[in-house]
Amino acid sequence: MSNNDTQGTLWEVFLQRKPGQPFVHCGSLHAFDKEMALQNARDLYTRRGEGTAIWVVPSSAIVSSSPEDLGPFFEPANDKVYRHPTFYQIPDAVKHM
Amino acid sequence: MNKQEALFSYTLRLADNGLILSQRLAEWTGHGPFLEEDLALTNIALDILGQSKSLLEYAAQVEGKGRSEDDLAFLRGEREFYNTQLVEQPNGDYAKTIARQYFVDVFDFHFYTALANSKDETLAGIAAKSIKEITYHVRHSGSWMLRFGGGTEESKQRLQEAVNDLWRYTGELFEMNEVDALLIKEGIAVDMTAVKAAWDKQVLNILNEAGITTPLVAYMQTGSRQGKHTEHLGYILAEMQYLPRVIPGAKW
Repeated sequence: MSNNDTQGTLWEVFLQRKPGQPFVHCGSLHAFDKEMALQNARDLYTRRGEGTAIWVVPSSAIVSSSPEDLGPFFEPANDKVYRHPTFYQIPDAVKHM
Repeated sequence: MNKQEALFSYTLRLADNGLILSQRLAEWTGHGPFLEEDLALTNIALDILGQSKSLLEYAAQVEGKGRSEDDLAFLRGEREFYNTQLVEQPNGDYAKTIARQYFVDVFDFHFYTALANSKDETLAGIAAKSIKEITYHVRHSGSWMLRFGGGTEESKQRLQEAVNDLWRYTGELFEMNEVDALLIKEGIAVDMTAVKAAWDKQVLNILNEAGITTPLVAYMQTGSRQGKHTEHLGYILAEMQYLPRVIPGAKW
């Protein structure tokens, strides 16, 4: 990707596979405006019936943790098994838990 | 001319529009302005080819002379094609491709919406299935019309030139002949008068919104209903039909 890129800005695409399910990140694309981003997402990521709804978000709007955060952010949880709800029976009717 | 001949001619005309336009759009494959748009246009070309394939299949069946859909696509000469001259016009720059596409998309939307009520069940079925695809095509080409019109001085200028170049080919879209007259009586064909009114309204509206001046053209090109074409169609067919002509019966 060169610096004088003329393909517009970068957007992240999230697809919802079925109504009620969470939107899942599936990739990124280039576009010049919201409508083009939405249309491009439709053409790039839903050609084979992958989704029922789309979110597109400018990549610049996403705040991300950095690799250095790995230790302080996530490791403290590793030795605290009591935080896992493994002592409960999950009713059969509950899905997506 | 009897009803069967008229239905064959009518179906073939619709099929040829899609076949030649999708062949034109396919020329952009790998050459689009950027990856995403390249894929978008290829998707649209495939939608249109799919619609055309169903129509060719039906035309072959209606004709009943043992010709297949492939025979109709690949073994007819230039004067036996009945697509409008608009769809055979060269791609030019992206503004010209988009202007041509928008004119066709808006026409197709109103035409197929009306054809979905045809008394011919096959044509009505193909039309109903196509409308969803075409609704998206209009949204795609329409948003590019506005983007070019409201973009830079150059993009607006290029769109204006494209509209000026193509306008004279839009009259043909709404032409009717004895085929239409016979099939309108049967409740099969679409009366183009209403389609033209809807097309005029929508196209003039978007040209206005895009800041494009509607050309004043006294003369509209004509001839495709009699198989008369611009010089471009022969080149398209030469490329499209090369393989089946050189290796008859080839499977791929």
